[in-house]
Amino acid sequence: MALLDHNTREEIRQHRFHPVVFLLVPFFAILLQAYLPLRHASFTLVDLPLCVTVYFAVSRRNPVSGALLGTGIGLAQDALTHFPLGIQGITKAVAGYLAASVGARIDVDNPGTRFLMMFFFTLLDSLLRYLIVRLLLNLQMEWFLGHELLRATLNALVAVIMFAFLDRLRQRE
Amino acid sequence: MESFYSRYRNVLLLVALLLAQVIGLAVQVRRPAAADSKDAPQVRLIRYWVTGIVSPLEEFFLWTGHGIRGAWHGYINLRGVRSQNQLLQAEVDRLRMEQAALGEDVRQGQRLQALLNFKQQYIYQTVAAQVIGTSGTDRSRVLYIDKGSKDGLRADMPVITPDGVVGKVRDVFGHSAQVLEINDAASGLGVILQSTRLRGILRGTAEGKTEIINILPDEQIQPGEAVITSGGDQVYPRGLPVGVVERVVSDPERAPYMAVLVRPDAKLSRLEEVLVITQMGSVLPAQEESDLISSEQRAADVLAQRLPGQDTGPEQTKLGPNGKPLPGQDPNAPPPPAQPPLPLHPDRFSPPNEADTATAVGAQTAPDAAMPQPASTGKKPHRKHAPITPAATPAANAVPAQPTTPAAAPDSAAHDSTAPTQPEVQP
Repeated sequence: MALLDHNTREEIRQHRFHPVVFLLVPFFAILLQAYLPLRHASFTLVDLPLCVTVYFAVSRRNPVSGALLGTGIGLAQDALTHFPLGIQGITKAVAGYLAASVGARIDVDNPGTRFLMMFFFTLLDSLLRYLIVRLLLNLQMEWFLGHELLRATLNALVAVIMFAFLDRLRQRE
Repeated sequence: MESFYSRYRNVLLLVALLLAQVIGLAVQVRRPAAADSKDAPQVRLIRYWVTGIVSPLEEFFLWTGHGIRGAWHGYINLRGVRSQNQLLQAEVDRLRMEQAALGEDVRQGQRLQALLNFKQQYIYQTVAAQVIGTSGTDRSRVLYIDKGSKDGLRADMPVITPDGVVGKVRDVFGHSAQVLEINDAASGLGVILQSTRLRGILRGTAEGKTEIINILPDEQIQPGEAVITSGGDQVYPRGLPVGVVERVVSDPERAPYMAVLVRPDAKLSRLEEVLVITQMGSVLPAQEESDLISSEQRAADVLAQRLPGQDTGPEQTKLGPNGKPLPGQDPNAPPPPAQPPLPLHPDRFSPPNEADTATAVGAQTAPDAAMPQPASTGKKPHRKHAPITPAATPAANAVPAQPTTPAAAPDSAAHDSTAPTQPEVQP
């Protein structure tokens, strides 16, 4: 994983996106996340909105906007479930904040880095969700490590492909 | 203070965001059983917005997919439709006979239930709906359907498929509704094992399986046993198929009780269309009642048609000189009334035929009336045993024989030209 020194970090620019892209990509991620499990039930293992949150957070490199974007996406996902609103809002806010902080320190354009980063954030998302559901809400939820590792690996693979596609939507300086 | 804020601005904002959501969560889960309880109005409003934005596009996706598949199935994949139609017709006939056979049991069951003051719930009305979306996560097993409050849906209505129970409506919006599947951890329904008659509560697990909990270890439950709804939960009508027993496992959370793993009959991961039960009642619906009656009639016809040499199809219809059916020979007309087969060698155990009855009655009233009459009178000679003709009414072999009265015999003969000639009786 390539760490950036002080001079290189100053040279890092925030990637800019057209506002329409910034709105439509998360929206379509939520839409596909709700629709695709109808065709393939195993698609619930993938978390497209999390991938989008992490991508925009590391691209913008602004923790505040990363946390706000994560909160918005997470709340929209919560609204589609039967759980109380806020579970995924919290987890994705944390993921967005940390991803933006990481993006300012690590070269996140490398596919290997992206894979590891997404693997870590998926596990973090699952762990936070488990803690919130079990400790805050006192609802039934099991933690299966194998399942979570598989989910993290799948998400990381999808993210590498998806990030390469989303790179094309960046605005050129 | 200013420097502290500027230094920790990002962290403070994150903490504020998280705190606000934690407070929001706390407000939402003040009541017990949070997962299955109804939302507060504000929360419902947010769900309403998100669903209102997402659902139309999901419907569009679905509509596009169905259009492509419809074009394929409607125009290209039409081969075999004719043979499929014949198979389906045979299936309908078979089901009619089954329904007729079960009809008497149904009526008897109703009488017994009425005697015991049981409340049986029959399905009166259903609304067909298409599944348009999911929650998108494997932690929340809910579906979205394209029918809502404008179609008469309300919360807690059962959702089924022809295969089995799917779940119940949890939240209703204008043009869509959220369905909680039976394999969600927050769901529960009363079930009964079909052969052992063991009652229990079926719940979903965190892995998306279904199990019946609180089962004693000494219960004799075999894999493959059918599980049906018990009706005790006041949501699902009694007798709907739920699934089959997979295996019995120990339940560490509720020791020493066991858990029975159940494989749902409905294909919960591949649902496309579902039925929402919008109306139920305690008496058999009028449509089912009329279906039952028509099935009983049709079953007799179907059985009769299958008997060898008893075909009364259009080719058996007598044609006049102009090639048209004779009066009273309409091939589309309903089958004529039943005529009992006459015994070749009747004895005292044989059911009396109308000729004998008429003879007996006539003999009692006028002893000479049974004697052959001269041809000049225009009367046919009396024949003690009518011949068995292949053209006899087929329904006669299916419907129990009822001796006709002398007064009814000429009437029935007038309606049925293929019936054996009836002797005329002189008063």
